[in-house]
Amino acid sequence: MIINFLYAAIKAGTPLLFGTTGEIMTERSGHLNLGVEGMMYMGAFLGFYVGFHTGSLPLALLAAFAIGLFAALIYAFLTVTMMANQNVTGLTLTIFGTGFAKFFGESMIREAGGSPKLADSFMTTISEKPIPVLGDIPVLGKLLFSHNPLVYIAVIIAVICSIYLMRTKAGLNMRAVGENPAAADAAGINVTLVKYIHIMLGGGICALGGAYLSLINGGGIWNNSSAVNGQGWISVALVIFASWSPMKAIYGSLVFGAFSVLQFYVPKDIIQIPNAFYVMLPFLITTFVLILASMRKSKEGSQPAGCGVNYFREER
Amino acid sequence: MENMKKEAMAIELKQITKTFGTVVANNKIDLSVRQGEILALLGENGSGKTTLMNMLSGIYKPDSGSILINGNAVTINSPEDAIALGVGMIHQHFKLVDALPATDNIILGVKDKGIFLKKSRSEKIAEIIKRFGLNLDPEKKVYQMSVSEKQTVEILKVLYRKADILILDEPTAVLTPQETKRLFEILLLMKKEGCAVIIITHKLNEVMEISDRVTILRKGESVATVNTASTNAQELTELMVGRPVELSIEHPETYFDENLLEIHHLTVEDEEGINMLKDISFNLNRGEILGVAGVAGSGQKELCESIAGLLPVKKGAILYHNENIVGKTPNEIIKMGISMSFIPEDRLGMGLAASMGMVDNMLLKKYNEGKSPFVSKKSARELAKRLVEQLDIVTPSVDTPVRRLSGGNVQKVLLGREIESEPNVLITAYAVRGLDINSSYTIYDSLNEQKKKGVGVLFIGEDLDVMLELCDRIMVLCHGRVTGNVDTKHITKEQLGLLMTDAGTKKGGV
Repeated sequence: MIINFLYAAIKAGTPLLFGTTGEIMTERSGHLNLGVEGMMYMGAFLGFYVGFHTGSLPLALLAAFAIGLFAALIYAFLTVTMMANQNVTGLTLTIFGTGFAKFFGESMIREAGGSPKLADSFMTTISEKPIPVLGDIPVLGKLLFSHNPLVYIAVIIAVICSIYLMRTKAGLNMRAVGENPAAADAAGINVTLVKYIHIMLGGGICALGGAYLSLINGGGIWNNSSAVNGQGWISVALVIFASWSPMKAIYGSLVFGAFSVLQFYVPKDIIQIPNAFYVMLPFLITTFVLILASMRKSKEGSQPAGCGVNYFREER
Repeated sequence: MENMKKEAMAIELKQITKTFGTVVANNKIDLSVRQGEILALLGENGSGKTTLMNMLSGIYKPDSGSILINGNAVTINSPEDAIALGVGMIHQHFKLVDALPATDNIILGVKDKGIFLKKSRSEKIAEIIKRFGLNLDPEKKVYQMSVSEKQTVEILKVLYRKADILILDEPTAVLTPQETKRLFEILLLMKKEGCAVIIITHKLNEVMEISDRVTILRKGESVATVNTASTNAQELTELMVGRPVELSIEHPETYFDENLLEIHHLTVEDEEGINMLKDISFNLNRGEILGVAGVAGSGQKELCESIAGLLPVKKGAILYHNENIVGKTPNEIIKMGISMSFIPEDRLGMGLAASMGMVDNMLLKKYNEGKSPFVSKKSARELAKRLVEQLDIVTPSVDTPVRRLSGGNVQKVLLGREIESEPNVLITAYAVRGLDINSSYTIYDSLNEQKKKGVGVLFIGEDLDVMLELCDRIMVLCHGRVTGNVDTKHITKEQLGLLMTDAGTKKGGV
């Protein structure tokens, strides 16, 4: 029972991990992109669409990643080059992305004449199967090594991002840009380039989370009304919960994943709470995390100082 | 000498011109520095010193003219280019990442081989620290550092990049005399190693002490370059201002014998619960200027704001004519008949509304005049016009947003408004920060005027030389404690400097 619960939590936490890792990369470079929900929606649609037509998982993921890059490129152009307000731009991107996915989702449904369903061979590729040898370990084998391939991809991306951030020169440069772009600029770092690269990379990773939702959570059927359904917003909050560290994002997404599947594992005959409460739970926790984070005073593990502020070299 | 091949200059600027819109910031400026030489760049505010140096460090690009480094013509398009050419600049406002330790700040942006951060990086930094006799823990995070430590990190950044051309923009403005001395020792060491150093400063005594030559800028043009050994402070000032200037500050004696403000055991904490002022007691008398000296961040800001009623007081009393004003709102304080004027450090943030014109800013202090529910702008407009005339404020019109005025003029607007309200207590924080010599003396004169009228002036200052001349007494703050309260007749600058760094001295008066 508990193993099943944790297993489901990992599964439900994975799209959040994509979203959170992507947003951490974005915010660490000094940009608060509230368009995560939108980018996930776009990734959800295009990932599904390409998967539906080609039947290839790598192509589906590549397409989702690419459209995330593209959406984030729009955001980067507006906020880095044109210096538009980051919050407004991000919110607009969310509205745009959601509309984009629903519009084309609708036409995909018409095209297919009913709800489009992924091919069986595709479903086999993305199904859960134990890794040879490792999967045979009792308990741990089931818990850690019997997932669908995207779960491993999410964790690997988070680990790579963490090493990149903390151990490499490029990561140091990027953290400096996010903390104090003027200082980074004076040190000879190309601030604009660093921002573009990481905003786009972050957008691509977020969009993979969307693809996860439509391919895995959707059970192979396109659901036009609730493909992403707020997971992007939870990811934005999770960034704070994870104090801008991709490693902590792994645990954080597990916690939030657990909350979102809790309703299926609470013995209904003992504890009786309306289902709506469980649906609300992750958002409720999100609210608490945000309140707690705003009360935290320490300089360590807090938001990059330059996050949310556009940088213009000749400003005095 | 004639037949010797002319040694290439480390830096040579030829006919550099830079304009911002219609404003000519630099007009055909020539400047040169040899290797192993310290050049002081002197000029009033707005004379174009920082603009000129920013073109060397790649922040701005010149409109015309050429830059030669070690004899080769170069184009500097970005800070990256400047670093590659060996130019290191220490900006007036440090360019450091607070959340990172010194080490990471130092290696930031350095282009060497490898993808990963190497462990050996700290060894190289430790070696430089040792070679130059610096005092710094490389693992300390910048936000935990004192101002002087931050400056050391900036210097290390330059040394680590092996820059042989060093530019310092007003490096001593925030240092104690002792720290300044240490900085100068480092500069002399760099000079000995063959570096070319340009130092921008306002302080003439420092120019005389450290530099080999001085280039003077006035209104965007270079008016003269002189050997330091063959000049003096008076001559430099005249070159800088363009006409003879009286360099002494008046110190009128007043004969009021009345206590105006008494501060008893004042303790103030910031929002994180850290004590910013600890058990401070002092008096402010009528007709005196009480200076407050201390390293930046020693509690000056909190002192001003708590007296002005803007910060909650944790413990202690502020007595005005034996009445405690702690806990009263600024409005209640005014209604008690106490007229207190506060010229905050952050003028456009706290003192004035930046996007409003002079007239509207005058209104901020006059809005509840009269009985009509509507605001009358008439008297405010008259006042604004009068101030423009009296204080030589340069502004296109009294309705131009004050943020478009230069720093000196903004300061005059604020000071004019506050003096006009005829206060009994005048609090000024860094009244002359960023002002040129001329404007500074105008301000000193008006403060002396107020003193003669019997106003008690609290003068938060930076330049100890000026404070020793202007103030009657100086109170020294260190880490939020009073480390001395001394008569300016009986103390030297060095003694003050010691009090600024030594928290162990006994509290209270001498």
